[in-house]
Amino acid sequence: MKHELDVVVVGAGGAGLYAALEASRNKKVKNIAVVSKLFPVRSHTGAAQGGIGAALGNLEEDKPEWHAFDTVKGGDYLVDQQAAMILANEAVDSVYDLEHNGLPFNRTEEGKIDQRRFGGHTRNFGEAAVRRSCYAADRTGHMILQTLYQQCIKNKVAFFNEFHLLDVLIDGNTCQGIVAYDLATGELHTFHAKAVLLATGGFGRMFRITSNAFANTGDGPAVLAQQGLPLEDMEFFQFHPTGIRGMGILITEGVRGEGGILRNCDGERFMERYAPTLLDLAPRDMIARAITTEILNGKGILKKPQGDDYVHLDTTHLGKEVLEKKLPDITEFCRTYQDIDPITTPIPVQPTAHYGMGGIPTDVNGQVFGDTKGTIVEGLYAAGECACVSVHGANRLGTNSLVDLIVFGKRAGSSVASFAAGAQHQPIPVNADDRAKKRIIDLSNSSSNVKQDVLRKKMRDTMMDGVGIFRNGNDMADAIETIKELREDAKDLSVSDANAKYNTELMDTMELKNLLDLSLITAVSAHNRQESRGAHAREDFPDRDDANFLKHTYASLNKDEVRLEYKSVDTSIWEPKPRKY
Amino acid sequence: MRIVVSIKRYNPEKKPQAYTQEFSLDVKPTDRVLDVLVSIKENQDSSLTFRKSCAHGVCGSDAMIINGQERLACKTLVKDVAQVDNDRIEVEPLRSMPIQRDLAVDQGVFFDNYRKIDPFLRPKEKPPKEEYRQSQKEREQFEDPTKCILCSACYSSCPVIEAGEKKFVGPAASAQAARFAFDTRDVGIAGRLEELDTPDGVAACDNHFNCTKVCPRGIKITKNINTLKKSIKKHKES
Repeated sequence: MKHELDVVVVGAGGAGLYAALEASRNKKVKNIAVVSKLFPVRSHTGAAQGGIGAALGNLEEDKPEWHAFDTVKGGDYLVDQQAAMILANEAVDSVYDLEHNGLPFNRTEEGKIDQRRFGGHTRNFGEAAVRRSCYAADRTGHMILQTLYQQCIKNKVAFFNEFHLLDVLIDGNTCQGIVAYDLATGELHTFHAKAVLLATGGFGRMFRITSNAFANTGDGPAVLAQQGLPLEDMEFFQFHPTGIRGMGILITEGVRGEGGILRNCDGERFMERYAPTLLDLAPRDMIARAITTEILNGKGILKKPQGDDYVHLDTTHLGKEVLEKKLPDITEFCRTYQDIDPITTPIPVQPTAHYGMGGIPTDVNGQVFGDTKGTIVEGLYAAGECACVSVHGANRLGTNSLVDLIVFGKRAGSSVASFAAGAQHQPIPVNADDRAKKRIIDLSNSSSNVKQDVLRKKMRDTMMDGVGIFRNGNDMADAIETIKELREDAKDLSVSDANAKYNTELMDTMELKNLLDLSLITAVSAHNRQESRGAHAREDFPDRDDANFLKHTYASLNKDEVRLEYKSVDTSIWEPKPRKY
Repeated sequence: MRIVVSIKRYNPEKKPQAYTQEFSLDVKPTDRVLDVLVSIKENQDSSLTFRKSCAHGVCGSDAMIINGQERLACKTLVKDVAQVDNDRIEVEPLRSMPIQRDLAVDQGVFFDNYRKIDPFLRPKEKPPKEEYRQSQKEREQFEDPTKCILCSACYSSCPVIEAGEKKFVGPAASAQAARFAFDTRDVGIAGRLEELDTPDGVAACDNHFNCTKVCPRGIKITKNINTLKKSIKKHKES
């Protein structure tokens, strides 16, 4: 089936919905559709808990410039600094825009938006923690998603739900639309559009322990990579320090923002030794490494360095009022999944794969770069976690994922609309869906007994153990070989469910293949970066090396090989300095 | 421990009638029922169809009937519904919505009803330069229904919907109507009376409280509905 549209947005999370909403505010653009593999409000933005960083200064002095600096320093100076300034400046208006549209923020005594402390957010360039995170209990992401969906309903944005992205149509340097698979019927739909905006979210499902939803399989970046387009800084993957032991479910940094303390088996507040100023509110990469180091030194709660050990997040001094009013959901998660009450018992936590700093390279208006020279792919946009602006550099600060969505989702929506208003549809061939069709036929025709769950488990173990929190050249080289073998095996994958309708096995297989491609790109990008920076920590190269590696990686897939190129970082405001907290 | 999972299956492409299929497998008492379903799909029957995403109770994808009651499969642990070896867990799709395949149901009408109540803020005044002022207490008046994840467990549990004798937008849509009506930033009951005071609105609720019992987010849905009913009445009398 074919559809002709002005703008098609892929993904209905925070970035996709904000982009669609903003585009719908442009009266010159008529047909805007959101295509999502989930129903709206099921997207993973809804799992974000802690808040949105914005220098409103509602409780104490704050400035966007401080927020921008914290973002740059938190990202270990791999952040493009002018982009960080835009992020921090426009966060303020975006937060007000959401509030004006109904987002139920917690309130101060004066009835303003309440704000709390969060990791790495400081006043006056690192002096002390600042109250910058605007929050709605511990379900800020849920409220963003609901609010944006409500506004999209108001503005009559069209939705195609449970449509999986299979292909992005690009001819030369111009994007013409997408091809998606309708889960309900098994039919392919070609969306012929003046402009396409990808907002497909993260890809944390490549790791064994993750806070990410099943849906987070990086379909947007993978589909572009499969056409040879580059992905930026994929080696930087954030492990959130506090996932629920064994399950990876996120326990918000807001817990530490409200005063929660990490303790080892001796009850020691070990962050005093790692980050004497910011303590438990140091950036995530540092805390994730500190926890892992404690465990490796036999200071985990079980004192078992080799096992699946953990540490405690102590909330027992916070009191019932704070936990139940400001952190109600995580209190409930602990009760449901661990059978413990955080009011009286510390929470068992371990790091969990959480957020990809890298992704589809874009400019500050969401336009996709096709190479390191800055050539734009006409009519193709990306925003949110699948994109890399880059405002997170080597390590994202807490809250800045939501800030990214509401600033760059909005900006991309505005610019895609302006573009579409002045553009014509580019002709597409009659058989535009051939490549997507072939992807499905390949899976239906194979008769091998390769099992997708075996490959999936091996991929997740390989990435977790070989390309995880601490990395080294040998382990990563092994991981690359294993992932290559898995990709080879995946060519023989078959789908035993032959039904056309609601064939979730077929889509699971497609998603696995996407994750394998992104795993390879991540591992190769990481192997070649011979330094430690932000979330990329190498045992064999423990120091940051600005002389050789203060640069963005651009990695492109060419069959079974990954080609690497590099691009300079914008350091026009602050000179890179050693990162201490 | 070893359990038996009995699943109501339906795949109209293959067979016009629904049927029940049993699977036997080893699980941990702390596994989520969703983990159990994933394990069956991976190891025993790849055609088993169900929705899933966040796996920790915030996205609303996997509401289904487990041992007779609407629950989220990811928020229900095995030990909540099976205690000893060979205990059975019965899994069925939600009620009052057409089954698409196995445990996946068509939530189209549910979402249409949600849209009917105009589920978006209709501000009573132009936005200020900064935020609207609202006290924490005012916020608490409508906080409860903001937790809704639109999973449709309440809709499935509602006897009024199931009987089908009168039209009713259902518990979730009604709770969302309350969410906006009681937000001090909104035009409120006065501005929304036309949509709120209809026979298929809160007036259709017969106070069975099933929705409140099954809501995986613990929203006091019936209470929200009754408060809204009273406020509408009061507004009309004044």
